[in-house]
Amino acid sequence: MIDLYGFGDQLLQGALVTLQLALASLAVGLVLGLLGASAKLSSVKPFRWLANAYTTVIRGIPELLTVLIIYFGATHVLMAIAGLFGYQEYIEISSFAAGVTALGLTFGAYATEVFRGALQSIPKGQHEAAIALGMGPVRKFYRIILPQVWLVSLPGLGNLFLVLLKDTALVSVVGLDDIMRKANIAVSNTKEAFLFYLVAALMYLVLTIVSMVLVSYMEKRASRGLVRG
Amino acid sequence: MDFSVVIEYFPRLLSGAWVTLQLVLLSVVLGGIFALPIALARISPVAWVRAIPFGYIFFFRGTPLLVQIFLVYYGASQFEAVKNSIFWPILKEPFWCAIIAFTLNTSAYTAEIFRGAIQAIPKGEVEACKVLGMTKVQMYRRILLPRAFGIVLPSYGNEIILMLKGSALASTITILDLTGMARTIIARTYTPIEIFLAAGAIYLLISMLVIFLFRQIELRQNRYLGTQSIQLEDKS
Repeated sequence: MIDLYGFGDQLLQGALVTLQLALASLAVGLVLGLLGASAKLSSVKPFRWLANAYTTVIRGIPELLTVLIIYFGATHVLMAIAGLFGYQEYIEISSFAAGVTALGLTFGAYATEVFRGALQSIPKGQHEAAIALGMGPVRKFYRIILPQVWLVSLPGLGNLFLVLLKDTALVSVVGLDDIMRKANIAVSNTKEAFLFYLVAALMYLVLTIVSMVLVSYMEKRASRGLVRG
Repeated sequence: MDFSVVIEYFPRLLSGAWVTLQLVLLSVVLGGIFALPIALARISPVAWVRAIPFGYIFFFRGTPLLVQIFLVYYGASQFEAVKNSIFWPILKEPFWCAIIAFTLNTSAYTAEIFRGAIQAIPKGEVEACKVLGMTKVQMYRRILLPRAFGIVLPSYGNEIILMLKGSALASTITILDLTGMARTIIARTYTPIEIFLAAGAIYLLISMLVIFLFRQIELRQNRYLGTQSIQLEDKS
């Protein structure tokens, strides 16, 4: 690793934090996305309203604002709840937890639409065949529906992950030690703004390229059961 | 929760929203203008002409907007040559730095949208132009670009909304846009939930307005498709 005024390994540590944040948010977002899509396709009206409100609001407000609301708002809400139990000390949630919540919510809202489209693209016959074979709803979902949904939604989810990866930079605003904040610290010490932000940009580019390669590998793997004519 | 602070500070939030609108409008218009030559170069038959916009688009789509803003705002002022140049009066203003970063960013995304639209035009229409003896300029001006405009509208609307949300990052370089204004108010009143929710509601309103406008333009632009598309529109 190039020394970069001694900040090289700091930036690498930042990259690790960025990666952890991205993967944790991805996990949260995938679960939220599946739940959201199921709610949108549910026959229960309140579920549909809830899911629609969720995707409309989250997709309509800036990610930075979501991060700020969760980070500063959660402190207020938690302190109010703790206050009910007589706890009066100051509570602060970690910027990592706030980041995972905010980015997970964002990813989940977009993933809801991807999953909804994918769920709707599964032919009715697939459902009927699974039922005819005597599968229960849970088994039908895991064995028949999910693998096909996965295949259809992978390209969309891959794009969303690339967006997520870049959005992780926003969490540096609330003090998470990711690539971006490490670069900020390096800049305030060395005054080499152009150099360090360029290095940070290149690190994000490398992460992007690696993710793209991984997604295309997963797409190939997921479609191995398909015969392409 | 006490929403009276929202009423008290609403005029200031609105002035922040006005800055946000200026940021978005200026960068989207400038970005759209830059995007067209980039898109045309991207589909050039000459390999090295294609390579330049490819690198440009890859860089701006592959790195966070926050990094790009900081590169322009903090990075450019590091060089004496920049400070002594005629561009310094512009580059020392956070507002114009944000405009530059947003324009570069959105032009990369928009160029890809334009390229997709131009390539989505059926080959037969290009061939028909050639048969009619149109020159390349005539073909683009009369047929391809108007057609691409109709195809491009839905995804261009999305890009504007992404830019609207991205414009919140301007608050990180001291610009008092909607988010920046909200943060300043909160620093004084310490009511993050109320003020941030109010700011979020204003963003939502603006994006709904953009969606509505684009649906109207789309209906008008694609009216030659006849009743068929309008019926489809009604069903959804």
